[in-house]
Amino acid sequence: MIKPRKRMGYDGVVVAAPASTPYERYSTETAHWWIAKALRQSIQAAGLTPHDIDGFSVASFSLFPDTAVGLTQHLGLVPRWLDHIPQGGASGPSALRRAARAVQCGDASVVACVAGDTNHVDSFRRMLSSFSRFAQDASYPYGAGGPNACFALLTDYYMREFGVGREDFGRICVSQRDNALRNENAVMKKPLSMDAYLAGREISDPITLFDCVMPVAGAEAFLVMREEDAVAAGIPHAHISATIERHNAFAEDPIQMRGGWEMDIDELYGMAGHGPERVDLLQTYDDYPVIVMMQLEDLGFCAKGEAARFIADKDLTVSGDFPHNTSGGQLSAGQAGAAGGFIGLVEAIRQVTGTAGATQVENAKRALVSGFGVINYDRGVCTSAALLEGVN
Amino acid sequence: MVIPLQKPPRKNPQVRTRVPTLPSHHRSRSALFMAAAAAEGRFMLQVCAEPECLAVQYPARDACSSCLSDRLIWQDVSSRGKLIATSTVRTSTNIYFRERTPWRLGTVHLEIGPSVMCHLHSEVTVGDEVQLINRLDKSGQSVLLALPMEKAPLQEDDMQLRELTCDPKFRRILITDARNPNAYALAKSLLEAGASAVFIGEAESWRPYPDRSKLESLQGVELVSLDVTDTSSVQELAGEFGGKVDILINNARFVRPGGIQGRGDVGFAMDEMQVNYFGMMRLAQAFAPAMAGRSADGVNSAVAWVNVLSAYSLVSNPGFGSFSASSAAAHSLSQCLRAEMASSGVRVVNVYCGPTEDEGHQPLPPPKVPASTLARELVKALQAGLEDVYVGDIAKDIRRKFMESPKVLEKEMTSLEAL
Repeated sequence: MIKPRKRMGYDGVVVAAPASTPYERYSTETAHWWIAKALRQSIQAAGLTPHDIDGFSVASFSLFPDTAVGLTQHLGLVPRWLDHIPQGGASGPSALRRAARAVQCGDASVVACVAGDTNHVDSFRRMLSSFSRFAQDASYPYGAGGPNACFALLTDYYMREFGVGREDFGRICVSQRDNALRNENAVMKKPLSMDAYLAGREISDPITLFDCVMPVAGAEAFLVMREEDAVAAGIPHAHISATIERHNAFAEDPIQMRGGWEMDIDELYGMAGHGPERVDLLQTYDDYPVIVMMQLEDLGFCAKGEAARFIADKDLTVSGDFPHNTSGGQLSAGQAGAAGGFIGLVEAIRQVTGTAGATQVENAKRALVSGFGVINYDRGVCTSAALLEGVN
Repeated sequence: MVIPLQKPPRKNPQVRTRVPTLPSHHRSRSALFMAAAAAEGRFMLQVCAEPECLAVQYPARDACSSCLSDRLIWQDVSSRGKLIATSTVRTSTNIYFRERTPWRLGTVHLEIGPSVMCHLHSEVTVGDEVQLINRLDKSGQSVLLALPMEKAPLQEDDMQLRELTCDPKFRRILITDARNPNAYALAKSLLEAGASAVFIGEAESWRPYPDRSKLESLQGVELVSLDVTDTSSVQELAGEFGGKVDILINNARFVRPGGIQGRGDVGFAMDEMQVNYFGMMRLAQAFAPAMAGRSADGVNSAVAWVNVLSAYSLVSNPGFGSFSASSAAAHSLSQCLRAEMASSGVRVVNVYCGPTEDEGHQPLPPPKVPASTLARELVKALQAGLEDVYVGDIAKDIRRKFMESPKVLEKEMTSLEAL
């Protein structure tokens, strides 16, 4: 048995230059186009040029037949450090922690982390039918409901196990829509009432329309660099207090009721030197509200099964006492493929650097970002999280 | 609650026939072992063969998820479990399911360990103890469905189950050879299973044969003119009846003892090929396209093509060597037909029968298969939704040996003592 040793901090490394493209329901452009758009925006925000980028990290589902390698030639980048993160919704914190070590150790000076996907008419169906080998063999043949059906089963179990009702999920969706109305990039522009939520069209029982994200095209990006360079450039930046990542946790659970966060939660807060009570805002991965509840529990905000009661007592909006998914999250901003794994992190960087504009949470200093990705068969396999702290 | 099937009304020829669509057929090669098990209605999963491990795997893997060993053995395992979550899909990205929503699925926690996603019979609800069956769906690939532990009334009428079976209930059947001594037993069993009509092909109707009056006495039977050795006869019947054959059972066969040197010429061999091989090809050319076009046509959609083959299609019985060769040709052709019918979802069922209790096999010792046994097993296979069926002790014996080692079986069958 090999014991893990105490992890090093991310001293001297910062995250900066958050960039988000507006999202589009359907696009005729490619993933390459969307990725370039966000990348350019991020590099410009830092006052840099593409030649300054010597590290490059990519997350995307729709680049085929290309990978991060093809993108370097396509975009004219000459990185000495290259990464491709196939973790879907967990890709944000996972990209961040790899890039941070590369910068910290000198393998790269500036790593551009970018996630983006296009959404063509019919590309969602095509992606579902060949998403993974286990999905192809053992979940897609059963009604071909895709993630809706997989999450419907988890939601059904969760609701009965913990006595949770649809209104409880509705609170998450309704408050996020409220946040999205402040975010001009969000695809959802109309307010959502609890009645409208409850009247949503049936998709895969007990999941209804407003529990589901809308697949869109878009991209998100940020830079990881040395603190001294960010200071010299005069750009807003944030420290990385702690990160975690876990894959295929609790495979023995008959159905997913928890994610890998539960295994690593002590390490996350231990590394940061504070607990969840000092977190000013939370960005969870929100492809369905049930997984938001699991994150609230597994990240230590409440006990297992208590999430519904926890949020009933809180105001999850930008101006509330528990700001959550302040840009509207994927539920209201849209799910731009792998960029869904970045949306919370990019928004969190804005928040703790005081540059979030209309969605800015007052006195936001510490943010917790959590990722969840890849329904390989019947459950999400990848989990990740990062704690960020703004520099003044 | 099962919604009882209603006998379909006469078809309105002006209404468009629904074009067949299929669930996804994409599977990894490892998952094809589940399809092979499903073809015989077996519930098999991979079990790690490392003695200290023995972990049961699902979905199909190439290495053990407990100990990384590649010694994963497909084994018959318990299919019992508890239904722990359910959902009803209202909107699907796949056209086949889109046309059939609402579609129920669930998560079953198997008593042997893994959890599986599966289709649900309408009689099972969350929290139930259930038994899973492994069957081929319309794409020809394996899927799992949860059934109640005790057979429910009208269980077979359940829509999701019926999509996996070829139940004769309310369907119209063509049996191709009235002169085969098994025709009466087949017709009787099919009618008892709820077939709405049984057409039986009769060649040279002026020539008498013993069972004719018995066949005519069966309510629901219609004798029709059909000679599988005559292309125009086959085409003529297909022109008239092709659009109302939901299950075709090809029982036409020509069988004589003898191999190569015992026969002075190729006369019988040509007859064997004419009936057993070319007969199947003529029937397929005439009937298969119409059946393929009607495979999504409601309660009495075209659903199965059944070949009654000899178990000696798998290995030669030198005493019937020439007949065995024609059976092997027919067997090979049935695989081609299976491939050609795959896009329609019409199942090609092969019944591998041991020597039957009839004139053709008179010199052989028992055990021989009585016609009633063949009929019972064939109908059961259609009701259960199987693709490969072995009837009789000799066929089952050959199957076991064939699966173990085709070469050893050949050595056994062709040894000096064999003749």
